Amino acid sequence: MQDIKLQTAANDGPGQSECFTHDVKRNPGIPLDKSWVNGARVNLSAVEQRTKTLTTRRSVKKDWQAAWLLKALTCIDLTTLSGDDTPGRVKRLCAKAIQPVRRDTLEELGMGDKNIHTGAVCVYHQMVPTAIEALEGTNIPVAAVSTGFPHGLSPQAVKLSEIKASVKAGAKEIDIVITRQHVLNQNWRALYNEIKSYREACGEAHLKTILATGELATMRNVAKASLVCMMGGADFIKTSTGKEGVNATLPVTMVMVRMIRDYYEKTGYKVGYKPAGGISKAKDALAYQALMKDELGHDWLQPALFRFGASSLLGDIERQLEHFITGRYSAANRHPMS
Amino acid sequence: MSNKVAEIFETMEYGPAPESDDHAKAWIENRKGLYTPFINGKFITVDKAQHFTAENPANGEKLGKLVQSTQKEVDDAVKAARTAQKSWAALPGFERGKYLYAIARLIQKHARLFAVLETLDNGKPIRESRDVDIPEAARFFYHHAGWAQTIEEEMPDYEPYGVAGQIIPWNFPLLMLSWKVAPAIATGNTVVLKPAEQTNLTAQLFAEICTEAGLPKGVFNLVTGDGKVGAMITAHKDIDKIAFTGSTDIGRLIRETTAGSGKGLTLELGGKSPFIVFDDADLDSAVEGLVDAIWFNQGEVCCAGSRLLVQESIYDKFIKKVKKRMDALRVGNPMDKCIDIGALIDKTQQTRIKSLVDKAVTDGAELYQSAECPDTGCFYPPTLLTDVTPSDTIVQEEVFGPVLVAMSFKNQKEAIELANNTRYGLAAAVWTENINMAMEMAPKIKAGVVWVNSAELFDATVGFGGYRESGFGREGGFEGLFSYMKPKIEKSFEQCKPQKRPAQKTTHTDFIDRTAKMYIGGKQKRPDGNYAMPVISPSGCLIGEAGEGNRKDIRDAVEAASKAADSWRDTNTHNRAQIMYYMAENLSYRTKEFENRICAMTECSAAAATKEVSFAIQRLFSYAAWCDKFEGHVHNPPLRGVALAMNEPLGTIGIVCPDTQPFLSFISLMAPVMAMGNAAVIVPSSLYPLAATDFYQILETSDVPGGVINIVTGERNDLTKTLTEHDNLDGLWYFGTAEGSTLVEKTSTGNLKQTWCNYGKDRDWTKAAHVQSRDFLRRATQVKNIWVPYGE
Repeated sequence: MQDIKLQTAANDGPGQSECFTHDVKRNPGIPLDKSWVNGARVNLSAVEQRTKTLTTRRSVKKDWQAAWLLKALTCIDLTTLSGDDTPGRVKRLCAKAIQPVRRDTLEELGMGDKNIHTGAVCVYHQMVPTAIEALEGTNIPVAAVSTGFPHGLSPQAVKLSEIKASVKAGAKEIDIVITRQHVLNQNWRALYNEIKSYREACGEAHLKTILATGELATMRNVAKASLVCMMGGADFIKTSTGKEGVNATLPVTMVMVRMIRDYYEKTGYKVGYKPAGGISKAKDALAYQALMKDELGHDWLQPALFRFGASSLLGDIERQLEHFITGRYSAANRHPMS
Repeated sequence: MSNKVAEIFETMEYGPAPESDDHAKAWIENRKGLYTPFINGKFITVDKAQHFTAENPANGEKLGKLVQSTQKEVDDAVKAARTAQKSWAALPGFERGKYLYAIARLIQKHARLFAVLETLDNGKPIRESRDVDIPEAARFFYHHAGWAQTIEEEMPDYEPYGVAGQIIPWNFPLLMLSWKVAPAIATGNTVVLKPAEQTNLTAQLFAEICTEAGLPKGVFNLVTGDGKVGAMITAHKDIDKIAFTGSTDIGRLIRETTAGSGKGLTLELGGKSPFIVFDDADLDSAVEGLVDAIWFNQGEVCCAGSRLLVQESIYDKFIKKVKKRMDALRVGNPMDKCIDIGALIDKTQQTRIKSLVDKAVTDGAELYQSAECPDTGCFYPPTLLTDVTPSDTIVQEEVFGPVLVAMSFKNQKEAIELANNTRYGLAAAVWTENINMAMEMAPKIKAGVVWVNSAELFDATVGFGGYRESGFGREGGFEGLFSYMKPKIEKSFEQCKPQKRPAQKTTHTDFIDRTAKMYIGGKQKRPDGNYAMPVISPSGCLIGEAGEGNRKDIRDAVEAASKAADSWRDTNTHNRAQIMYYMAENLSYRTKEFENRICAMTECSAAAATKEVSFAIQRLFSYAAWCDKFEGHVHNPPLRGVALAMNEPLGTIGIVCPDTQPFLSFISLMAPVMAMGNAAVIVPSSLYPLAATDFYQILETSDVPGGVINIVTGERNDLTKTLTEHDNLDGLWYFGTAEGSTLVEKTSTGNLKQTWCNYGKDRDWTKAAHVQSRDFLRRATQVKNIWVPYGE
């Protein structure tokens, strides 16, 4: 980022950014359309070529970069999904979600009164009550990973009750994992029914379907699974659990967002997108944002339709923002940990 | 402070992301903005020179001035190149390679300066000069640094032409320079290069790095200026080879200028390349491929995919996607890193594009343009024209700008017809997820490059160049080396005295009268004019009479050849070989008869006649063998995929045979043409055609499909003229006089057919080294590169 020092000034803009209140008509799902699913075509080399050049075609600098990174930050599902998670750790994470950037930094950027917070906090079911409590008084949703995360191989009844338990505990978003074998065996009916049952179990809570793209073997499978999930009623389609060998990549993103566009054009429903795993640099976030903007447009840059599943991305964004303000490269210890 | 960040946070627009031009400006300053010829290792001053202004087309900013070279500079440059050439070629390949390697390294080292200068000078987006032009230029030198060494083993029978004159266009200034210079100097040629007058900054910087690389002086010489300087190069007597990239019109002019000079010539000209999308393609990816095909470099690309052909069933859907994608293209300051389309080269180009588009709209095309362009500077928005027909000017003419026309097709047959319905044949893209479809389409499209599920891929390992009026010769890869090397044996050929028809002394023949007719479309046909000409032996005996063919016989023969060409091309190589072996077998059976005929016609010794026939049989055997052995290459460019370099027949080839060893030369020229899958129209020796006409019976009894070999007897000069001017003939081999060779090259420009002339020099048709080589096969074929990226 460039060495531009900004002065702070009073900001009489709205107290809350439009993006947080952005209302998206939920995707109710549609009947399974197998001919649409089977008609999906993806040329891997061409997709790679497109993503390779997309990141070199778009560059966001200075004030634009600061604003884009702040936007990215509001799209982060701040996540902790470890076996050794404790309530203390989750509370700290929630505090960070509420105040993701140092107050003085936001003031400098003229964003002090914008109620900047992350898109959500994402935890395991057990940690949902802790998170709800910690986030009380904010409108930051708690997302729970579910359905036998990360492998999704628990009994179906257990999975459904897991969803219901999280919703009951106050989770507003449920990140489910799909049964990969349904995709590998092209069993679209089974996948569709699975998603539909999850959607029912979610009720008002939003359904984010994790495809675990790193385990789906081909991009065509990714495209088809994306379509089936949307037909089944997903509010978001999400790449990965973060636990697969390969997690979010730009090519996989390209394939999934093209399916989102297809689905929107045919049905009129906007489905959100969440890349997860391996996005840890501010620069990566900008690349994903450019992709979303160019492929899907403005609406898909907002947290209502776009989330990053990330834990360390925030730290890099904080450092970049400080660098933007001071012109000096920053250090991690200058920013409160989560 | 302003609420700038807060505002952007809401709008999420892209902002300016300018590349700095500080270093480039300092370099220009250091040069005092004066760009001069670089001759014999030095930038030279030219007294009282005329100048051109170097200008940034995006904003009109002056970048300095460029000297218009005069004949003196051109002469000096050629002299320097000539002086340097022998010792340069004599260097061990390893040593030459080291210089190329050093140049490659230096291009990389100064990559950003090169890129910024290129964008300032040309108007192309900095992303493209930074990520495509400059890295590809360096890659060309790396790759050819290797060839400098490996040709010693790979091509022992070839040598450099000598001094190469190279004229390059303004659309890819440094990249075109590297495509020309790298293979030329790797193979031991020295160079006189003229960049376009619009864009010469990076050539100047290139000259500087040649000095830095310690390249021996005179190996690379640069002359500056406009087309007049180019004309001086093409006309220069001491230049051995001309390589030109540019418009088809100028290409024609160069073919005419160099006609008969014996200069090697490669032309890389215009195009109107099809971009074909089938209903089973990955449509979203195809849209992106299309963006690369037509909106890369503002569409100022010879191989731009400017004709979109979409399968009818998905036409509307696809066009909708294209329009939507066009909305997201950003046109503007090329120095901005967030720009897709920069400035056109100059006002002239801008005006030309605008008038072509206006005309198209007047003709009834529907126009779609959505991108906003800056008010000043030479910009033009990405443009889509639908509702067009093949007869529209906009569909026929090369626009050389960001203008796409779209049409639909119903099936693959129609796709091929539409794709080939053009005078050009540079490139094509085929989008389908069905490999069977892709691999069926690729060989049927008349183009030098076919991209499967991709577009505008280039690499130093893969030859680039056109069919038809897109030019001839290849740049890049193994096949590209032949553009700068020729067979060593050619030196040993000597000028022969043209033979005259002997005066007739006898008035009747001793044989039962045999009427030698034409052989057209597998049938013996009377000459259209119904005239006959006498065949007289050197001592004056009337041996017989042959039909006197005229232009209508040639017309019919070319028609027949053209009809037969496709199926002969598609006849599998084993079967082609079998037919040719069968010809040899049948000829062998009738050896005596042919020997007698040759003896009677030419009055050669019996031993010589025996030799002629036995060599003819040998030659048929040899080329029959080659049918399934002259194979292409599988190139390995740096991507997950391959490029298949296929040797394809030219199509239809005219052959004008010499009078020496009239039967053997006829067979030696026919056999390779036929073996490679071409259909031929052959004019046998005018003086001694009867062995060739006797050969009809062999053709008829050897299962040669009608139309594959057509024979028209008559006066060589008259028939040659009709042949060389015929726009449906793809190639012409001429073995006659020096004047005839000049005529052939000069008048071949109608369809820019590929000519091969002997310039009046004769070969010994009994010497295999002279007349039985890969060179003959290469002349009968052209290389098509099919790029096949893969991966699932």
